[in-house]
Amino acid sequence: MRIFKLKKEYLFPFLESISEGADLWAPTKKPEGKHSFQIIKDFSQIDLDYTRTILPPRKIFLPPSFNMFKATEKKYEADFSHVTEKIIFGLHPCDIHAILIMDQFYKHHYNDPYYIEARNNTLILGHSCWPDEHCLCKSAGTDIIEEGYDLFFSELEKEYLVWIGSSKGDDLIRRKPDFFDENITDKDIQKYIEWREEKDKAFSVSIDFKNMPDLMELKYQDPLWEKLGQACLACGSCSNVCPTCNCYNINDKPFLTENASHISRCWDACTLESYSEVAGGENFREARSLRLKLYYTHKLQAYISKYGKPACVGCGRCIETCPVDINIKTVAQSLDNETVDAFWDRFAKEVTK
Amino acid sequence: MNGETKNIIQENPFMPEPARIVRTYHLTDDVKFFQVRITDMDKALSFKYDTGQFAMISVLGAGEAPFSISSTPSRPGLLEFCIRKTGIVTDSIFRLKENSLIGLRGPYGKGFPTEKMEGKDIIIIMGGLGAAPLRSVLLYCLDNRNLFNRVILLHGAKRPSEMIFREEFFALKERDDLECYMSVDEDDTGQWPENVGVVTTLFPKVKDLDAENTVALVCGPPIMYKFVINELIKLDIPKDQILMTLERRMKCGVGKCGHCAIDYIYTCLDGPVFTYWDVLHMRELI
Repeated sequence: MRIFKLKKEYLFPFLESISEGADLWAPTKKPEGKHSFQIIKDFSQIDLDYTRTILPPRKIFLPPSFNMFKATEKKYEADFSHVTEKIIFGLHPCDIHAILIMDQFYKHHYNDPYYIEARNNTLILGHSCWPDEHCLCKSAGTDIIEEGYDLFFSELEKEYLVWIGSSKGDDLIRRKPDFFDENITDKDIQKYIEWREEKDKAFSVSIDFKNMPDLMELKYQDPLWEKLGQACLACGSCSNVCPTCNCYNINDKPFLTENASHISRCWDACTLESYSEVAGGENFREARSLRLKLYYTHKLQAYISKYGKPACVGCGRCIETCPVDINIKTVAQSLDNETVDAFWDRFAKEVTK
Repeated sequence: MNGETKNIIQENPFMPEPARIVRTYHLTDDVKFFQVRITDMDKALSFKYDTGQFAMISVLGAGEAPFSISSTPSRPGLLEFCIRKTGIVTDSIFRLKENSLIGLRGPYGKGFPTEKMEGKDIIIIMGGLGAAPLRSVLLYCLDNRNLFNRVILLHGAKRPSEMIFREEFFALKERDDLECYMSVDEDDTGQWPENVGVVTTLFPKVKDLDAENTVALVCGPPIMYKFVINELIKLDIPKDQILMTLERRMKCGVGKCGHCAIDYIYTCLDGPVFTYWDVLHMRELI
């Protein structure tokens, strides 16, 4: 892999030089202190001092709601207006891993052109990060990224190490060859290694993902699920913030003024009550516990058996978001070693405090 | 910094194909029969499907829903569906007259393994609207009668007026290469010539079943499976030779939207036909 050095003061000029004709998405700080990927109009909006954004970057490929077709009785016209030239800057390794999972999923069996086209027209520019108390990427094996990006920026003190991950990425740095320094010194390498080692020590939590498929099977009937079902608010937040959730619903709305129908696709969540309901009212997952079980089967079991890795990239969004503390960490810990009573005691203490 | 919109030429699996309703009539009060032909003649004739597969039908402004195909691939050109009025999409389909246009895409899912069933005794057990997917495989067996050994049909409905394809099956009863038994839970007409009782009461009529060499196909309301499977297990039919087709909320048909997920599989890709062994293996199926 080709690696260059870039002085920090060259970062924004470089981004400016490559974002002609494309939407540049990057993390920005919201007034309430949380971060969000937004289209950048002014480089001062970019805030790289962030751990995780509220919504995952998949919102940039497949927005929460977008049109698939504009249709009249005679003709269905596919609508790909969400597919534009994009650059996402500042993605952390866990989020890039999530994109790799989606790449696999949307090409499995049938190609989903709505995702694939959006993805093919997007450049991925990663950025290094520092874990907080919710980060589980080390456990998930997603704290390091070796593929899936065009460029990756590892922050050292005054410079970035820029890793070129694709031929497109190589084209990008050729636009400003003067900015990039090929000469990486032993001191730079030393700094990078020290940073890696420090980061490695900064993780405070871990879960053992490799046992999860077995535990999900063995504890299929465990009363733990009933308890979780009683606590769950079925709000769907865990799905909305998860970078690997892909469920969606389809709406067909007539627009009388256009004499046409708009067929749109919007995010859905398997924890919502109507998720598995069929016409006639039969609901295959009326109990919240069953819906939670499906969510965690997907994250902890299904992908491991299908693709050899969990569908959780350890980004910590569900941990930060769930109002009643049901998240990948608490569920995995409960499956692994906690009795139901211990879970319930802790739950009562933490939620009522 | 303005993202330019792109021209897309990729194949779109969500794009429905225009199709015309050729014929439609009531099978019962709330179930209608639809004969449909894809408007493009070449596509209509090259539409290849297996028995037990389903298609997505869309009505503009109402939406899209999955329906099992009731016709047999041995009679290409026209597709047939039995549709019960239960929701927004089916409400609008019911209002459509002959010659109306609908959208159709498919076929989807894994159907009945007809090749593996060759040379075997086939017992088909249908209840209520379960006749919709099973009529496809029944007609396929009859069209290719020499490929199969015994063909047995057990058909149950609540009342005579609710038995779909009643006349068709009465006509089939005349064939001597089909053992056809029909039953209603309750005879409110007083003129029902056949058995009265739930569909399992028909089992004693089936004589000398060679269990090891039999494939059973089951479809019906959720309550029916448990009782029918009990009977089949009592007859010693191997678990992986008991096939059933299941209903789930298949919204996209191509394994993307997630709604039909069961454990780690998607009904629209890996189903809707499952064996009884699958059901025991994936505990959420029934």
